[in-house]
Amino acid sequence: MTAPSKEALSKLTPVLTKRWLSPEAWRLDVYERLDGYQALRKALAAHPDDLIQLVKDSGLRGRGGAGFPTGMKWGFIPQGDGKPHYLVVNADEGEPGTCKDLPLMMADPHSLIEGVIIASYAIRANRAFIYIRGEAVHAARRLRQAVIDARARGYLGKNILGSGFDLEVVVHSGAGAYICGEETALLDSLEGYRGQPRLRPPFPATHGLYASPTVVNNVETIATVPYIVLGGAKWFRSMGTEKSPGPKIYSVSGRVKQPGQYECGLGITLRELLELAGGMQDGHRLRFWTPGGSSTPLLTDEHLDVPMDFEGMMSVGTMLGTTAVQVFSDQDCPVYATYRWIEFYHHESCGKCTPCREGNYWMKQVLRRILSGQGTHEDLDTLQDACDNLLGRSFCALGDGATSPVTSSLKYFRQDYLDYIEGRKPPLLPPAPAPRQLLAVPR
Amino acid sequence: MSEKEQQTGVNQPGGSGAGDYVFSEETRARAKEIIARYPEGRERSALLPLLHLVQSEQGYVSPAGIAFCAEQLGLSKAQVAAVASFYTMYKRRPTGDFLISVCTNAMCGVQGGDRTYEALQERLGVGHEETTSDGLFTLEHAECLAACDYGPVMTVNYEYFDRMQAEDALALVEALRNGERPQPTRGARLCTFKEISLQLAGFADERPGAVAEGGPGDPTLAGARLAERHGIVVAGFDPDTPITSSAPASETRASGQAPATAPKPAADRKPAGDPPAADRRSGRS
Repeated sequence: MTAPSKEALSKLTPVLTKRWLSPEAWRLDVYERLDGYQALRKALAAHPDDLIQLVKDSGLRGRGGAGFPTGMKWGFIPQGDGKPHYLVVNADEGEPGTCKDLPLMMADPHSLIEGVIIASYAIRANRAFIYIRGEAVHAARRLRQAVIDARARGYLGKNILGSGFDLEVVVHSGAGAYICGEETALLDSLEGYRGQPRLRPPFPATHGLYASPTVVNNVETIATVPYIVLGGAKWFRSMGTEKSPGPKIYSVSGRVKQPGQYECGLGITLRELLELAGGMQDGHRLRFWTPGGSSTPLLTDEHLDVPMDFEGMMSVGTMLGTTAVQVFSDQDCPVYATYRWIEFYHHESCGKCTPCREGNYWMKQVLRRILSGQGTHEDLDTLQDACDNLLGRSFCALGDGATSPVTSSLKYFRQDYLDYIEGRKPPLLPPAPAPRQLLAVPR
Repeated sequence: MSEKEQQTGVNQPGGSGAGDYVFSEETRARAKEIIARYPEGRERSALLPLLHLVQSEQGYVSPAGIAFCAEQLGLSKAQVAAVASFYTMYKRRPTGDFLISVCTNAMCGVQGGDRTYEALQERLGVGHEETTSDGLFTLEHAECLAACDYGPVMTVNYEYFDRMQAEDALALVEALRNGERPQPTRGARLCTFKEISLQLAGFADERPGAVAEGGPGDPTLAGARLAERHGIVVAGFDPDTPITSSAPASETRASGQAPATAPKPAADRKPAGDPPAADRRSGRS
């Protein structure tokens, strides 16, 4: 591996990931020795409104994909309304390519707990829930232990550190449904229902969990808060760009020499990120990549120098998403990747709205037909048409996201589709098995 | 539901479709514990953990399990079944001791996950969501398991095994069949599907030392190590930076001051998280 250039290295901002290097940072005593729970002491001495203002001033934007200003979200919670308030942490990581929150909760669970307490204090919530993806049993184990230990040390429970502030935290495991990463579906799931998104407005800020004012934030967002409390807004803004400040964990996977988590100031380019990741694997040339998971439109090697912040990615027709950078090479087929992703969206569609439920079902069939060498030119129009009926017409962002790989692969890799259709490429998959007979009742 | 209703047997399982299965006293006690985690009047929030709980006793969500959850929460069986059938992790048929989930999403798939899944199908002689006749293995292809930097990945009872090409997966299955318990790459030692279901219901892992098992792998630490190797820190970090007050001076503070005995954070102008041994030239504490 060639060493990364000075310029690329200078983009590294080890803030959230730094403590991961201490193998036992998940233990409370070790966490405390590594400055743990200092931000909490500082925060509890401040007025909650000042904490909300601090987070506003920092410019922190949600790390779960949408990039909504966190301080503004907190500020939407009506105060003095006499209703219970809730903080819900979205730890339902599952956007294809995204793999940053699980390692954070595994290596440094108390940083999340500390952030939860500070955020709850700021929005005046006395109950917080961490909704963690069911499959993530390894991270949930550490998190549950962290809650037990924090409680025993007086960081949770009644009258935290003598401040008069009370907080209970419950770690709630999901049960395998990608849609629960959508914040209102998550709330329904947490209330014990099928995880289906709710119509907005009203928004969770006024009608969230149990129809009460609720903030839903991503793990990385909340884990960032203690550092802002300690270092201040100005320091936080010394990283990243003006409109997208702060450090961000970029998850690089695929055909690079050293895949993994790279925490950098927002606005790093793929060229620099690839350098940090040791470059492409031998024999692989970059062909397509996702900037932030499969729900963000694909980019190509034309986009190596576009800043990976919210604005930069929008300027090239995609989104920053979860900064899940999946790197595919000339040995990977964009049509196949799209097919796999559409299989995913089909499986994960909650079924509530017709465009998403039916659109993904049919797109999956069409893509399979193309990959099995039985596609027609008309199929490409059908795919585009299905996307036109999905984007902006589905109930939630899952349906919108499903169109991303399809429209972007049609835009950049139409020739790959045509190669299957016109027989220049051999079929990649056998034809789909015949559908099961629906009325196969034995007589 | 009140204690009294329980004692009088209202909604007791055993009605139509639930069979004669009666859940253990231990499971009943745990159900109460789960329900108590949620605010009063919001007991329905306990439904997902309760469904994990019935799996911890039976290995799947049976009609009796659905009736049990309904009874605990005062819901109809239809309401519970509607929720149970929505989520992938609630199994409708008895699950093997080892649930093997192979990621076949795009990234893991192209890196070998597709072949891994095919090889396991062939070796075990079962397809998606099917169980071997000895009751040992249930196989499924999974959607993205959020470990893409370790791809191709698979899990056994949701514990991660990283970089599993077909031959690695076959060796793992062989070892399990021989009674061995290979250590997962990042999580704790393996337990059975029923045992992990109890943790999913929100109970701590009580096996001694289990929480400590499994550290981060190279990909998790790649960026942090690179920064460390090149001496990169974020400059200008001062943990004593005041939190500016925007509230009127006369306003009553919601809380008291931080305890006077609180040790001050390291003022080394570096982000928190430095080892304690590091030289702390703290000019301000």
